[in-house]
Amino acid sequence: MQVTMTVNGEQVTRDVEPRLLLVHFLRDDLGLTGTHWGCDTSNCGVCAVWMDGEPVKSCTVLAAMASGHEIRTVEGLEREGQLDPVQEGFIQEHGLQCGFCTPGMMMTARYLLDRNPHPTDEEIREAISGQICRCTGYENIVRAVRWAARHAAAGQAREEVSAP
Amino acid sequence: MQVPAPVEYERARSVEDALALLERRGPEARLLAGGHSLLPMMKLRLARPQVLIDVNELSDLAYIRVEGGDLRIGAMARHRDLLESPVAWEHFPIMREAETVIADPLVRNRGTVGGSLCQADPNEDLSAVFAALKAQAVIRSTSESRVVSMDQFHQGPYTTAVGPAEMLVELRVPIRPGSGSAYEKVERRVGDWPVGAAGAFLRLDAGRVAEAGIGLAAVGAEHFRVPAAEESLVGEEPVEEAFTEAGRLAAEGCHPVTDQRGPADYKRHLAYELTRRALRRAAARARGEGDQPCR
Ligand SMILES: Cc1cc2nc3c(=O)[nH]c(=O)nc-3n(C[C@H](O)[C@H](O)[C@H](O)COP(=O)(O)OP(=O)(O)OC[C@H]3O[C@@H](n4cnc5c(N)ncnc54)[C@H](O)[C@@H]3O)c2cc1C
Ligand code: FES
Ligand code: FES
Repeated sequence: MQVTMTVNGEQVTRDVEPRLLLVHFLRDDLGLTGTHWGCDTSNCGVCAVWMDGEPVKSCTVLAAMASGHEIRTVEGLEREGQLDPVQEGFIQEHGLQCGFCTPGMMMTARYLLDRNPHPTDEEIREAISGQICRCTGYENIVRAVRWAARHAAAGQAREEVSAP
Repeated sequence: MQVPAPVEYERARSVEDALALLERRGPEARLLAGGHSLLPMMKLRLARPQVLIDVNELSDLAYIRVEGGDLRIGAMARHRDLLESPVAWEHFPIMREAETVIADPLVRNRGTVGGSLCQADPNEDLSAVFAALKAQAVIRSTSESRVVSMDQFHQGPYTTAVGPAEMLVELRVPIRPGSGSAYEKVERRVGDWPVGAAGAFLRLDAGRVAEAGIGLAAVGAEHFRVPAAEESLVGEEPVEEAFTEAGRLAAEGCHPVTDQRGPADYKRHLAYELTRRALRRAAARARGEGDQPCR
């Protein structure tokens, strides 16, 4: 069957099997391997992307279900060559070790900050509670999101970092 | 890598369309709502439908509103809609309390109220909630619409009154002044299914219990209820002794099994203790004592 959707602002059309999961469509058909794929049981959240502006587990959505909808992946976080403050925050606060969970974490973090620019630590932990990190113990992920909250607008991030 | 077996896909544009498709494609067709139970089961080959009928386009079934003295919830309301609904919180705090501990924010963005009830997993939190509230379910086919009680709806593990060419379209919960409700769940870790959970609903009249509902998840209670525990409360004052007796009867009337989430006797203890806690808080709410959202 044919599916057409907007991925990171660009319209794409492909022929797919109806059973194809969105995560595999993104990775294998579109080559957007930033979205990871981990558990097969809808538990780990490394596959998180936005669908119509809300984070979802892309291993539990069919590409067919996403047809006609808008998808945003980690590749769509940076804007005009500028990293999103969330990405910058993960760098500044060492929010990752192996990086496997990072794309999903950043997608839910960006979503949280868009709705709630000054979240408490508890709100940050709730927002990422559908995602598992085996490395960081979450502490630095929370710090990274807090960093991003302090450096709100995209673009502002680089300037402040490079300022003396 | 686990992927579903080959399947056909159809997208329904309206309830009528979904029902017509179900009828036309026969018993091997399945409705696909949030997909957060069905797709994992298809990956494991525990479900192998030939046709999926995607009902996510039916946003006119995503309402949560007060109508005719009921809180009415469309089958396509997402977990998150129920979690954030001010009218649901106003009339039935049990709903938000359960939703805060169902799965995680990502799953709640997709999973639906209708899908949860139709999945009828014995661990399903919302099944216990709607059982405690003595809700009614509206089921439609191309030719008729019928209303069933929760006891009729839940026919056993993974089995409901919804026939192969039918669709659950709405849940109705009568709004009862002077009532209060609460939900208590013990989980191994955030976002997991319950080890045991209990929901309580109480309506008070002149200082005594006029109506009681207790819903139990994951502890093997038939229809998610233990009627003897509910009946023991009616006519009593809402005091500790009455809650303890109801908790004792709830524990006695359920049939938990030992599994990876815990041993049967522990789950039985949870049925006792969580029933008491939920009743205590439901009673406080029924008396109009101020309280806070649980998280
Ligand atoms: C990681 C994870 C954790 C979870 N944790 C919990 C938890 O703690 N507590 C809990 O209660 N649940 C939990 N769930 C289950 C979650 O609530 C599911 O979303 C829910 O069980 C199914 O809803 P759905 O809309 O995704 O249904 P689907 O998967 O789309 O459908 C489930 C079944 O119902 C049928 N169906 C769907 N809608 C209708 C309808 N309107 N009429 C007739 N049939 C219909 C489908 O054909 C299918 O057979 C969890 C799920 C996941 C993936
Ligand atoms: S790969 Fe999607 S939740 Fe684990
Ligand atoms: S950084 Fe390794 S899993 Fe999170």
